[in-house]
Amino acid sequence: MIGIRNVSQIYRTRAGDVEALRDLSLEVADGEFVAIVGRSGCGKSSLLRLVAGLQDATSGEITVAGTPVQGPRRDIGFMFQRPALLPWRSVIDNVLLPTEVFKLNKAAARTRAHELLDLVGLNGFEKRLPHELSGGMQQRVSLCRALIQQPRVLLMDEPFSALDALTRADLTVELQRLHMKEASTVLFVTHSVDEAVLLADRVVVLSPRPGRLREIVKIDIARPRSLGHDGHSAELGELRAQLHDLLMTPEEVAR
Amino acid sequence: MTVIEPRRTRPAKPRTDSRLSRYALPVLGLVAATALWWAISAVFEVESFLLPSPTQVAQAMVEQSDYLWDNSLVTLWETLLGFLLAIAVGVPLALTVTASRVLERTVYPLLLMLNAVPKVAVAPLLVVWLGFGQFPKVFLVFLVCFFPIVISTAAGLSSTPADLVELGRSLKTNWWQTFRMIRMPAAVPQLFVGLKLAITLAVIGAVIAEFVGATEGLGYAIVASGSSADTALAFAAMILLGVMSVVLFYLLAAIERLCVPWADRA
Repeated sequence: MIGIRNVSQIYRTRAGDVEALRDLSLEVADGEFVAIVGRSGCGKSSLLRLVAGLQDATSGEITVAGTPVQGPRRDIGFMFQRPALLPWRSVIDNVLLPTEVFKLNKAAARTRAHELLDLVGLNGFEKRLPHELSGGMQQRVSLCRALIQQPRVLLMDEPFSALDALTRADLTVELQRLHMKEASTVLFVTHSVDEAVLLADRVVVLSPRPGRLREIVKIDIARPRSLGHDGHSAELGELRAQLHDLLMTPEEVAR
Repeated sequence: MTVIEPRRTRPAKPRTDSRLSRYALPVLGLVAATALWWAISAVFEVESFLLPSPTQVAQAMVEQSDYLWDNSLVTLWETLLGFLLAIAVGVPLALTVTASRVLERTVYPLLLMLNAVPKVAVAPLLVVWLGFGQFPKVFLVFLVCFFPIVISTAAGLSSTPADLVELGRSLKTNWWQTFRMIRMPAAVPQLFVGLKLAITLAVIGAVIAEFVGATEGLGYAIVASGSSADTALAFAAMILLGVMSVVLFYLLAAIERLCVPWADRA
């Protein structure tokens, strides 16, 4: 579904060139959930913006659903770190924004918006304005907005990083459920090992400065997963430790 | 999942306290100022043509209520007309200016330069250009209101929050969609900043225009009463101007709360 081939990204700044990504390749299958983790400066957000078509790669090729990405596309949904809701629009109108931009059928869009809001537990909040909601609820609205036009690929840029730990855990569980239901392909950037382990089929570890592919960790654990005590706590714990080591140790020592 | 997060509201304040500070305190300030004024005029036995006492002013207000009312309406009409004209011309101009870099670079410095000209100095010229009727007054009001409205609207249009701009980009909105769905609504709070500034200037503009070559209006009433040493009447007119200005301002603030309930938060 997503093809990233030999992608490099160099930012030209006044202080000189900054190499954000070097020769990165990655294939994401249809319906797969891939998490990208790495320390700050590993270019994980850059990579996501390249796939979203928000910026162009210095070299290499990116395809989504078989066609090269040349700019933002309707079949790619993007969820930002911050909710980025329009403060003058009610919850439901915020969710409907993409369908207005793409001029989709209004009645169908409305039905779907209500379904999505139901799924994230926001029924009854449709008429509220964003400032009347908590941060977690705002981010849920933002998630619904990213899913409204049924994108084939959902890109998420540290979507829960601005939330408190418990709200984060709540939203992670919800995202897992949404992914199981919608079965869309997700590329999820995070610096939380817990989120990666809970959500992803594969976790891509990038090493920083410049961002390179360090390791891909497969997570073969049945869903729904939980970080609490359930059948998989031992396996999850093992994977968390493995990812933690990968993130915390410099490359030479680990290899 | 469960929705356990409480609705986020502003910190709760005891209701009686907020009502006291909202209504009682301004009244208290007004009463105290009037008392002080009355005390000064009584204790120092100031001549009434220099400083009339509050009672003399109140008397003038009652005795000449018809005269003051008619002239208030004239000034109010000029103020509103000029203000609305400034919105009608200023907002579209701000839209045009911010629509293109070229236009912005060409027109904006010119606007700022014109803004630096003291509009008061133009008042006598307006009489020369436009005569003695109401139009030069409306035009001066227009002039003083115009710049704050253009500048604040333009500022609002060109300072759309970055995350909303990015959202538009990710949805590939075209220019018109970006403008209609994101930039314009995002600029409304700034527009109101300009409007509130303009409405206070509008009243001043009207009065100044009436100082020069007018036959009616509160500004004319002040000049006329001054020449006949009827200072109490002049004070009455000034108080009415103050009241007019305050009422217009709060009217606008109320409209703002209706239009942009999200403005002070978000």
